[in-house]
Amino acid sequence: MLLDVRNVIRMRTIFLAGAGSLALVGAAMVHSAQSPTQAPGAPAVTSPQVGTQAQRSGLNIVVLDPAHGGTDPGARGTGGIRESEIVLDLATQVRRALELAGFQVVLTRQGNENPSFDDRSAVANAQRGAVFVTLHISSTGLPGTVRVYVNSDLAAVTEANGLIPWDRAQAPFLGLSKKFGDLVQGMLVQRFKSSPDTALTAGVRQLRTTAAPAIAVEISSIVVEDRAELDRMAPGVADAIARGAAAFKPSYVVANVPGTLP
Amino acid sequence: MVIAGLIFVVLGAAIYFPILRRRVKRAARLQQQSEEQARRELAQPITVNPGDPRVKTKLYWASDAMDSTLAPVTVELPLANDPVVRSKQVLNTLLAGPVDAELRTLPPDAVLLAFYLLPDGTGIADFSEALATSVPSGIASEQMAVDSIARTLEANVPQVRRLKILIHGQEVETLAGHLDLTGAFVVATEPVAVPANPAVAAASADKAPASAPAATPATLTPEKAPGKLAQPERKQ
Repeated sequence: MLLDVRNVIRMRTIFLAGAGSLALVGAAMVHSAQSPTQAPGAPAVTSPQVGTQAQRSGLNIVVLDPAHGGTDPGARGTGGIRESEIVLDLATQVRRALELAGFQVVLTRQGNENPSFDDRSAVANAQRGAVFVTLHISSTGLPGTVRVYVNSDLAAVTEANGLIPWDRAQAPFLGLSKKFGDLVQGMLVQRFKSSPDTALTAGVRQLRTTAAPAIAVEISSIVVEDRAELDRMAPGVADAIARGAAAFKPSYVVANVPGTLP
Repeated sequence: MVIAGLIFVVLGAAIYFPILRRRVKRAARLQQQSEEQARRELAQPITVNPGDPRVKTKLYWASDAMDSTLAPVTVELPLANDPVVRSKQVLNTLLAGPVDAELRTLPPDAVLLAFYLLPDGTGIADFSEALATSVPSGIASEQMAVDSIARTLEANVPQVRRLKILIHGQEVETLAGHLDLTGAFVVATEPVAVPANPAVAAASADKAPASAPAATPATLTPEKAPGKLAQPERKQ
């Protein structure tokens, strides 16, 4: 009888593993129902980390960057909607989708702050086995479309001491970024027709200093009359990024790039 | 008598001072305006000289057929032969905008303040603050703005090989929060012709890192500039 209850709770916990606080509630329930020190629900809560530990060498972390924030609202719509707020909410959804797919997620900002471009890149550059995704809402473009950008060509330069200059940290990763970008864009176009088929190229400042496969995802556009139109796109965008990252995982072989973390 | 005279002077001053203050303020304002006007006139004296030969000029504005892409519009303009004057002429025409205002790529209040051409083919275009503050913020829109400038120069001024954009005389990190302006944009995509000055060529060859493509020209500030940052996309 007691075992039955425990199994039910464990299943619920697994199901909710992605939604952090709820999963903790589930584990706490198991804890109170059972006196043993190890709560049966615990492994399910930490399963993403367990999964990634097994593949330490490959891709296991996604750094999500909700653009703008703080004094910088980003693109502003006529109805007073702000890019900085929408991308923060979007990041929460993308995070959930990625965690369900087994990735560990690190955000460059949790609230209404505005870290510098370098601070945001530094979050990714401090991780091993990470990819970087910066989230944007455009001012222009056909509403309901999503475009993925990778950084324009950067001449790869390695200094005499074997280090990569910070201001072009993206250079050795451009090939992988393009591959990752094409995969995510391919997932996006299935859901958001009229989007491009492959990733585009642009001199995106945020990507240049990032020493990891890095893409910018830009949703069109802030000119929608109602914020709900953009919010409705969020689950589709989140799903496409998670599936794109999962599809990219086998290609993520970081050759030993001198000057970066192994 | 003396006291009456003093009272008269004080009263006169009390009446006259506020008037004087107002006049000084107005004069200051007028001067400020005329300075701004003079700067604009200095910046934009070169529009079109009817004496110049009329040439087919390709201007890149937004395409009305395809979302977020550029399309060339060919107009006949009298253009000067001097590359700097010619660059100013085509950029001012680009800033003036197309017939259909929807297809603008640059904000209507932006002004070209100056244009310089370095011996290595780097064109330096200095725009007013409005280019950065009025351009729609976003990767797509900012790239359209820069691409329209770079491709219009490429189509009409062969001497401009690379483009550096300044805002009010200053180097800025991004145009409006996204597009990188710290480096120079490649304008001419075909291989670079032998520079007129062999010393410059030798210097650039020495400074070019071994891993960089041979065609990469010397950067404006080699120790800092990230070099080839953005290549205008081929959208045709």
